[in-house]
Amino acid sequence: MPRPGFVLEVDRSTPPVLFWRGENFSLEKLPAGRSRVIYPPEPLKPIDDVDGAIRHALLNPIDQDPLPALLFPGMKLTIAFDDVSLPLPKMQRPDTRQRVIEAVLDMAADAGVDDVHIIAALGLHRRMHEYELRHALGDRIYDAFHPRGMLYQHDAEDHGNLAVLGETAHGEVLEINKRAAESDLLVYVNINSVPMDGGWKSVCTGLASYRCLSEHHNGHTLQHTRSLSGHREHSALHQSIWRMGKVLRDNGPKLFQIETSLNTDMFPKPFDFISKREWEWTAKDRATYLATTKSLERTPLRLARKIFHGIQAPHRMTSVQAGETSAVHEVTLEHVYRQQLVPVEGQTDVLTMGIPFVCPYNPDGIMNPILVMCMGLGYLFNMYRNKPLVREGGVIILTHPTYREFHPVHHPSYIDFFEQVLPDTTDPVVMGQKWEKQYAEDEWYRHLYRTGNAYHGVHPFYAWYWGAHGQQWAGKVIIVGGDAPTVRRLGFTPASTMDDAFEIASDVVGRSPTVTHLHVPALLVADVS
Amino acid sequence: MADKQGPTPAALRRAAKVGDAVTAPLRTVLKPTAKLGFPYRRPTVPRGVEVPEEPSKLGADYDTDWARRPLAKAARTVIHRGPLQLAVSALADPEILGTDRLDDLARLDDDAPPLIFAPNHYSHLDTLLMSVAVPEPWRGKLMVAAAADYFFDKRWKGAASALALNALPIDREVTGRKSADLIRRLIEDGYSLVIYPEGGRSPDGWGQEFKGGAAYLSIRTGAAVVPVFIDGTGAIFGKGMKRPKPGTSRVVFGRPLRPEEGESTRRFNARIEAAVTALGDESLTDFWTARQRAATRTNPKLTGPEYHGWRRQWALTEQRKVGDVGVRRRQKRRWPDLG
Repeated sequence: MPRPGFVLEVDRSTPPVLFWRGENFSLEKLPAGRSRVIYPPEPLKPIDDVDGAIRHALLNPIDQDPLPALLFPGMKLTIAFDDVSLPLPKMQRPDTRQRVIEAVLDMAADAGVDDVHIIAALGLHRRMHEYELRHALGDRIYDAFHPRGMLYQHDAEDHGNLAVLGETAHGEVLEINKRAAESDLLVYVNINSVPMDGGWKSVCTGLASYRCLSEHHNGHTLQHTRSLSGHREHSALHQSIWRMGKVLRDNGPKLFQIETSLNTDMFPKPFDFISKREWEWTAKDRATYLATTKSLERTPLRLARKIFHGIQAPHRMTSVQAGETSAVHEVTLEHVYRQQLVPVEGQTDVLTMGIPFVCPYNPDGIMNPILVMCMGLGYLFNMYRNKPLVREGGVIILTHPTYREFHPVHHPSYIDFFEQVLPDTTDPVVMGQKWEKQYAEDEWYRHLYRTGNAYHGVHPFYAWYWGAHGQQWAGKVIIVGGDAPTVRRLGFTPASTMDDAFEIASDVVGRSPTVTHLHVPALLVADVS
Repeated sequence: MADKQGPTPAALRRAAKVGDAVTAPLRTVLKPTAKLGFPYRRPTVPRGVEVPEEPSKLGADYDTDWARRPLAKAARTVIHRGPLQLAVSALADPEILGTDRLDDLARLDDDAPPLIFAPNHYSHLDTLLMSVAVPEPWRGKLMVAAAADYFFDKRWKGAASALALNALPIDREVTGRKSADLIRRLIEDGYSLVIYPEGGRSPDGWGQEFKGGAAYLSIRTGAAVVPVFIDGTGAIFGKGMKRPKPGTSRVVFGRPLRPEEGESTRRFNARIEAAVTALGDESLTDFWTARQRAATRTNPKLTGPEYHGWRRQWALTEQRKVGDVGVRRRQKRRWPDLG
């Protein structure tokens, strides 16, 4: 029986706590008597018969006819799937997407469906490499569909292949992939690693155009998105997407949503000590930690990155449900919360978080400074329900080397964003008004996005907007161990050690602030009362 | 004319002399023993008594228990990891696909249920290939159903097959009760089985109708059947070839199949055959084409076209051209159109 998550009150006998520092770790001692550490629940027991569960979900969908009843000869069937931004780290083969899509194809073949297109729902993310597609879909699907042009990646800039489905009452335009829009049935295969994903967000972002995405991916909306992981009514982003979902339901193709949830078994041996509670580390775990950290200190960064990005997580599926999008998503959320929710009493003055080597926007890439901000203030800060872990005006302390390094193929516009936009402003609303259009319409970025493996030109803005709420909420953000000029460019304060960081924080929160550490991995959502 | 028909009396006398010279010393040695008689010598049989025939210890009756003892197991591990692996790589260079279909079961590790692997059969090489291709945790406890009349007709052949391959003698015409009981006992002990439902190697390069052995054993033992398609070994060392011709091969594993409630051996066998046929199609074309044809039962048959004679052989060479392992995966190079 996996143990639930819990909040540890730090006392003098509490061992130092593990912090991520990019491609390495450190152990930090937190002040006794006024600190607490939030530990995530242990990974839930996965489904034993995954193929059986998938088949059951397809034959017994929620609020919709069984999949075979929706399939008929001569129809246009489109299967869209989430890209490799999830799950993190990438899961051991066979990937959930492969299993689900193979099951859908089995039924499509039985029904005599010939016209099948499989589309990677990228949104404005980078196109996946062949090895990534093979990993997500398996060789069988790739070899069968890609050479025939029936497996491809969504292009949000291919205006000839986009279709407007309508407008919401708020004037938001829903424009999605034309093939998907004109299909007799659109099947969306989703992986829900975090509560913010899934539901109408799958189609309304994954298959959307830039114009459509900019309706809700902007500084103003993200500043009013009070938690991406909590109640939907507190999230302006999700409100907007759900309005678009209504348009999609009324004017779009018939949609069959398949959502899956995973457990939080994220690191295989020998890295499994990362997920353990420190006082339960065995002699072997301690030796592994020492050997790992000491070796990584001496390892060239490029090699260290290769090692970490090569990790394949032993994630396993905990649920699969299919049918009508809203109804399916509610069930998925229950499963995600069952795995990730930890009740926490009260807010804190200082919130500490270790930033890992990866976020959803750098699979097999470099965690550049903008992504450090996005991961810290966008993703981890937003892993709460009800209210943030840190009080308004409190201090957020992150640990990461924050090197000034960018992946030139994946993140070309991030480089210019860092050099051109950030010296001018770090305010999401201001940068949106002043700079976004220029990046969004830049022909070179557009070309790289459409033909290479680059994120869309506007993507660094979106990554920055993701942290808008955290940026607005926190009184100060400190990065421990970061490259000082780079950290300052982000608008944050650099610190050499955790003690220095607490010292710097005392200007804002006083001499004896309460401290809360979010222990990642694994993923958790703090239900703050 | 009579002289020419046989040896002369003089020649016979000379031969008798030579014979006496050879046997005389032997007789001297054996004389005391002959005097001793029974029990030092074989007993003589009284007249009118019929001696019951000693039960055969060859063929389907060959006892292979010794081959599953720790010492034999250790020797087999050494054989598999060393010479066998090298021989398979050198001769058949196998590409192994579809093991992800067994992933859920493989993750159970020690608790992984035993399986019955049912491949098509072109060559003796298939067994060696399966010994290498079957994924862990089943590889370590794998036994092979081998034709009793071929692999166990001589003591040395039986011993070699049992030691190197953990082979079990199976009567290829009828799966006898004795064999079935032994297999059931071994499956209960956690052993997995490789059995060729065709009953023997292909005589002409095309497959043969499946016999019900795998289905019968699955129904009796409760173990799932994994359909397997092997491609390429027929051209390397097919039936009738005197020496192997190195080449490439492919092994494709399918999803495990279980007998449905009340399903007869015949129907289950037909399902297994259809699954192997679909895997064969997948191996030569692609997953989607094979899956679509499987839905309409139009996968090209393993048994080949209906016609006989040279056209059948001709069709086989055509198929081998298409299925030449590795060719399909190579994408045709496309050069940009520069006008």
